[in-house]
Amino acid sequence: MGTNADAFMKAKVRADAMNDRLIYGIMLILLMAVLTYGARLFPYLLFGRRDRAPSIIVYLGAVLPPAVMILLIVYCLRDIDILHYPWGIPSFASIASVFILYRLTKNNLIAMIFGTLAFMVLLRVM
Amino acid sequence: MRMAIRRAFPFTIPILLGYIPLGIAFGLMLENVGYNVIWGIVSSIFIFSGTGQFIETGFLNWHTALYEVALITVILNSRMMFYGFSFLERHRLVGACRYYLIFALTDETYALLCATPTPTDVTDRDFMLAISALNHCYWIIGGVIGVTCGALINVDSTGVDFIMTALFVVLAMDQQKAYSTNEPAIIGLFSSVSALLIFGSDKFMIPALSLIVLLLVLRRKSIEAKLGNEGGRGRESEPTAAADAGNDGRRESADGRNSDHGHECGRVHESESEGGRDE
Repeated sequence: MGTNADAFMKAKVRADAMNDRLIYGIMLILLMAVLTYGARLFPYLLFGRRDRAPSIIVYLGAVLPPAVMILLIVYCLRDIDILHYPWGIPSFASIASVFILYRLTKNNLIAMIFGTLAFMVLLRVM
Repeated sequence: MRMAIRRAFPFTIPILLGYIPLGIAFGLMLENVGYNVIWGIVSSIFIFSGTGQFIETGFLNWHTALYEVALITVILNSRMMFYGFSFLERHRLVGACRYYLIFALTDETYALLCATPTPTDVTDRDFMLAISALNHCYWIIGGVIGVTCGALINVDSTGVDFIMTALFVVLAMDQQKAYSTNEPAIIGLFSSVSALLIFGSDKFMIPALSLIVLLLVLRRKSIEAKLGNEGGRGRESEPTAAADAGNDGRRESADGRNSDHGHECGRVHESESEGGRDE
């Protein structure tokens, strides 16, 4: 009888843990989904309802992309340690190859794929 | 729509090549903490954020308190708050589906949509939808592959994520052509490098973006003048010129194609008077 009750308790604890896990997971995904969408929706919540956004916002919207594009490149390179071997050479050399290849061939896919292959090779030989 | 997908697909190939391995990495991490493919699909459909979902696997593993989750998610995504500003006008014209376009505005989709002119034979709405949905699909598929058979893949693919860096480089070059001044790009470079040096690699994005916005606002007169001179416009119409510079670049081939554009011009012209008042 005692062992039966033990087994029952153990099963219940396991079921509760499963349940907790399920509920936690669902809450987590829901929360992250809402907040991620909220961040992307932010400018629209601020200015979307007005007939048009203030001119300073229109201006920012127009000039942000080139600045953000550079920021995203820096973001990709943020963990490079330029003070120690290999001094970020694989990344910088590959970026240079993308730049030159795109200038020469005008073909973005060739530039990107070759640049990535170059990076993968440099990463392994350096 | 089918036409739009056919037109959009070539532009999304680099993102396909980037999102599949990244999605696989996410799927692998999820599988490692003991969650199955359904969790992967649901996460990828409803969260659709690379770094967000990598951290999600950590949260699932550690059962992080939800208020901490909320805080970290907001900090992580705060750069996304800036992206919508470039699409306020463009999204206004596409109806209810803009709520999906806003949802799907990842770093990569943002970059691609900003730098790619809409082809002449499809509408801007269909093209943006096709780009966003294709990228979303790649991300979901990558995640599914990662959870279900990621463990079977034994290829050493270290470094394949460099394709994203390469994509941003190419898009930056594309975009530069659409602007008559490189000052925004220089501001971007200066701000991000100095923020990186001061704040370190894990928390420099927000300071960098704030500095970018600040410098762009401080330099507004000069930048608008440079953008304006290119268009042969006088000083009175500066805001128009600035707004045009963003739109013309990606729409140069779309000129006069659809009524949307005329509509947008109408809106932009209104800003002339408003811009005058602001100054």
